[in-house]
Amino acid sequence: MSLVTRAPAHSPEVDRRAARRGALFVAEYRLRSMWKWRRSIITDGLGNPILYLTSIGLGVGSLVNANLGPTGIDGVPYLVFLAPALIAAAAMQGVMNEIMFPTLAGFLWDKGFFAMRATPISGGQIADGLLLAASARIVFTTVVYWLVLLAFGAVGWASALTLIPIAIVAGVSWGAVMLAATANVKDDSGFISLAMRIVIMPMFLFSGTFYPLSTLPLTVQWIGWISPLWHATELGRWLSYGMTMPAWQVAVSTSYLLALGVVGIVLARRRFERRLTS
Amino acid sequence: MITARGLTKRYGDFAAVDGIDFEVARGESFGILGPNGAGKSTTMRMIAATLLRTSGDLTILGKDPSKEGPAIRAHLGVVPQQDNNDAELTVRETLYVYGRYFGLPRSYLKPRIEELLAFAQLEDKRDTKIDALSGGMKRRLTIARGLVNDPEILMLDEPTTGLDPQARHILWDRLFRLKEDGATLVVTTHHMDEAEQLCDRLVVMDRGRIVAEGTPASLIREYASKEVVEVRFGSDRNAEIAPLIADIGERAEILPDRILVYTEAGEESLQAIVARGFSPVTSLVRRSSLEDVFLRLTGRTLEDE
Repeated sequence: MSLVTRAPAHSPEVDRRAARRGALFVAEYRLRSMWKWRRSIITDGLGNPILYLTSIGLGVGSLVNANLGPTGIDGVPYLVFLAPALIAAAAMQGVMNEIMFPTLAGFLWDKGFFAMRATPISGGQIADGLLLAASARIVFTTVVYWLVLLAFGAVGWASALTLIPIAIVAGVSWGAVMLAATANVKDDSGFISLAMRIVIMPMFLFSGTFYPLSTLPLTVQWIGWISPLWHATELGRWLSYGMTMPAWQVAVSTSYLLALGVVGIVLARRRFERRLTS
Repeated sequence: MITARGLTKRYGDFAAVDGIDFEVARGESFGILGPNGAGKSTTMRMIAATLLRTSGDLTILGKDPSKEGPAIRAHLGVVPQQDNNDAELTVRETLYVYGRYFGLPRSYLKPRIEELLAFAQLEDKRDTKIDALSGGMKRRLTIARGLVNDPEILMLDEPTTGLDPQARHILWDRLFRLKEDGATLVVTTHHMDEAEQLCDRLVVMDRGRIVAEGTPASLIREYASKEVVEVRFGSDRNAEIAPLIADIGERAEILPDRILVYTEAGEESLQAIVARGFSPVTSLVRRSSLEDVFLRLTGRTLEDE
């Protein structure tokens, strides 16, 4: 059979579909690629909560509970205090792998984004598709994390409706921010390890994850205030065990998380489009 | 299929492509020849609707790429200079995923992928990861990928650069088949043998401008003589001897390592050089090629940038 000049593969309808659903096709590719890593995704998804909950939740927790009594911090056992922070942190850390590696690969390593851009797909759709597929990973990580929390007795069934959605929103928003940031990387030497060291680790340590942010001196408390993890943790604690949180703070934290996501994806789309057309 | 008038791409003060005019007709195999940095790839990216022009007119398949990029790209096949496939995917997955980007349904892609595997001679490698393919196979896969949407124009940027001679010949054979099938090809290259093999018509680009246009044979006729005598006297003596033998042919070029004498009758001219008492260290009589055309037009060789 001849390879060219036959009945064209494209009807205008196919072309329109491609233009409309480009982000879905990119996400389809990303999920296919993630499927090849399913073993490490599952191991990570299960291993991470089990390790944290055993070592810190139970280990440090028994120390905290012994010192402060069974009502630990905030009037609840330590594990209950910890759970909303850990699940949000897991969502935010999990998304990094599905954002930073494919973005660096697409722009720098195998330059796959340039191959996608040679089809009807736009730069913005590539950014959307990446975030969409990463969101699927967040949902998986979060649900698994929640099941482990449940097994450890750190949360009750009702928290499925609060902790899971908050962690997903925090993860997707953070993913959008990292997407915009990674799209600016021109030279990958050490970007990922640098991001981990100067952004992720401090954020994890200074967001009131392991103790209330207010116990830190004011000079470092600001790290928590700008950290999406702190806002997600506060909302989670408020909803899961009724930590006191004034209404204005609920509004600020919710808007902050949503705004980060919107600003992140808008900047990411623009950056992708520009970088793939210049 | 493609019309360019005064096509220009500037980066600040630098004009990567500086007001070029050309046309490509359906079924034609059109070449852009030039050294690295001549503006070939920039031109290709503007035709591929992935780079916006600074000024001039450009029409591809009757559409303006600044306004209808996606609709144009839906009907182009692009083979970039550097293979850009995901090393983790298999050969078949690569073709499938790429077909999906065009919005093509599974029912179309399944038989199409079989045809493309046969065309690219990769049937045994269908479930092999890209990582494990040889350079020539990767290249053939990228070309097959560029055909997945049954494009109206196939654009090849330096299709065989970096391949060994055997892999190049296999690839040329495949591309030649496409040409016979009536495909419209746009090829950039800095190898004159490739341009001679693949192109019906070509433009020679240098520093962002088109310096000549024609068929390979007409360009050679117009800008070079029938034959060339290459003589080497050692790098320190070439410049000294050249003026003394230049009148033997129509024209002479002095390169750092050799003198080229353009002539209608190579053997006779070589004898004439020897008769004047100059005995070259090595000598070669050959037919003129596009390399000579390029040297004439720009004063530089194609490969030396």
